[in-house]
Amino acid sequence: MRYAILKAGESRSFPDGDPFLAGAAGEGDVVVYCGVPYEADPGKTAILVELGDESLGTHTGEAMGGEGSNVVGFARYRNGRDAPSNLVELVRQDATSEAALAAARAVFEAAGLAVVVCTDQAGRIIDRLVRPKYNAALRFLDEGLATQKDMDLTCRLGLGYPDGPIERVVRGGLDLHHDVTRALFETYGGPGYAPARRAVVAARRRTP
Amino acid sequence: MSSIRTVAVCGAGGTMGAGIAIVAARAGFRTISYDVAEAPLARAAKQTAGFFGKSVERGKMTAEMRDRVLGSMSHTTDLAALGEADLVIEAVFEDLSVKRGLMERLDAACREDAIFASNTSTLSITEIASGSKRPERVVGMHFCLPAQLMKLIEMSPGLLTSDETLRAAWAWTEACGQVPVRTQDKPGFILNALLVPFNNDAIRAVEAGVASPADIDAAIKAGLGYKMGPLELIDLIGLDTQVRLCEAFYPVTLDPRAAAPPLLRRMTAAGLLGRKSGRGFFTYDGNAMFGG
Repeated sequence: MRYAILKAGESRSFPDGDPFLAGAAGEGDVVVYCGVPYEADPGKTAILVELGDESLGTHTGEAMGGEGSNVVGFARYRNGRDAPSNLVELVRQDATSEAALAAARAVFEAAGLAVVVCTDQAGRIIDRLVRPKYNAALRFLDEGLATQKDMDLTCRLGLGYPDGPIERVVRGGLDLHHDVTRALFETYGGPGYAPARRAVVAARRRTP
Repeated sequence: MSSIRTVAVCGAGGTMGAGIAIVAARAGFRTISYDVAEAPLARAAKQTAGFFGKSVERGKMTAEMRDRVLGSMSHTTDLAALGEADLVIEAVFEDLSVKRGLMERLDAACREDAIFASNTSTLSITEIASGSKRPERVVGMHFCLPAQLMKLIEMSPGLLTSDETLRAAWAWTEACGQVPVRTQDKPGFILNALLVPFNNDAIRAVEAGVASPADIDAAIKAGLGYKMGPLELIDLIGLDTQVRLCEAFYPVTLDPRAAAPPLLRRMTAAGLLGRKSGRGFFTYDGNAMFGG
């Protein structure tokens, strides 16, 4: 399926040089917007809008459960500054067109990416689930439960994770973890989303 | 260097206890398996012989080594037979009064210098040790399932555990080729303290309509590189077990993430317990998983 890309600045999902950028055509039934406000066009099969920490509704407006069109949100999962993963989270609204979702899936899967679909909730799937765990691990470190080495080793050996929670969140950037969790906390308010102290420190020490 | 020669395992008729006995015997320790009934011990002994038989087939040990290891193992339903044990590891039912009661009886059955280790995953080592008149000799030693394959052991001293006890128990785990990590005596230690709330969050995401169980698991596996998705894992653990874990943690920590999600309770009430009942977040036909 042919797709066009309208882009300003570097995309978190598709950094410069990513093959997905090179695969774009001048125009197509699918238009991918990265860092550019999208233009509504009901004549397109799908309009794909790259998301950061915000909801798709920030771009489309909301209608109390009636929202939805051919506009689909997407984000390729990245652990902070790590390279993008192979996963694309598609974000749908209540009345999002099934044809638009199918086209979005087809475009990304053709590029060799894994695709999942979620509703328009803060943190989508992965950040919603994994950020509170990183916060807990950072808090445990402060409270002396165990050393960083032992916590990471426990997760690798006991749970088969490729890396431990602290080594992973530090590698991705504690300051970026702060930004993500602050956005989640603003929406959900649960204490599990409140940025861990070490993430707050990293954000405050960040060079402007 | 471990000064321990003889190891006893209480609750050795169960899966975890039988696995721990294998770890001890495989490392060359004389191993006494204890349980309250003969039938589960006999079943475990048969499974243990099968396990070591496979180890020979796979070239991990010789037939002579297998025979020597099996010859070093015995089982009993008489607690008095644990009198010669240097280290007693308990893997009995996860209930504080049961474990405290066992500690009290071990006081009477075992030598003054014996070390008592608890394989609890959720209870406080200090509270379990309060059943013994020698709490300085009690230490947490949490194996992962299946114990005979997993290397990790969470080692937790209680408030009164002596350094000598921790050192001796630690050295024994290393002598067994295991990998000990040190944690404080807090609910769930490291592994379950991170895992139980994370799994609850995944259940809450299903309940909140964020995505299907299949898409949540697919996202976690593809995005984070985990071998299993959280919902597949809960199905394996058992939803009723997840409820029990929540009930062990939440009253102690008051962490809202540790509280049992309403969907978990509803599914448990409906008998949707995961793999063991054939349906949980996914549906199972035999061992095959076909989405949910």
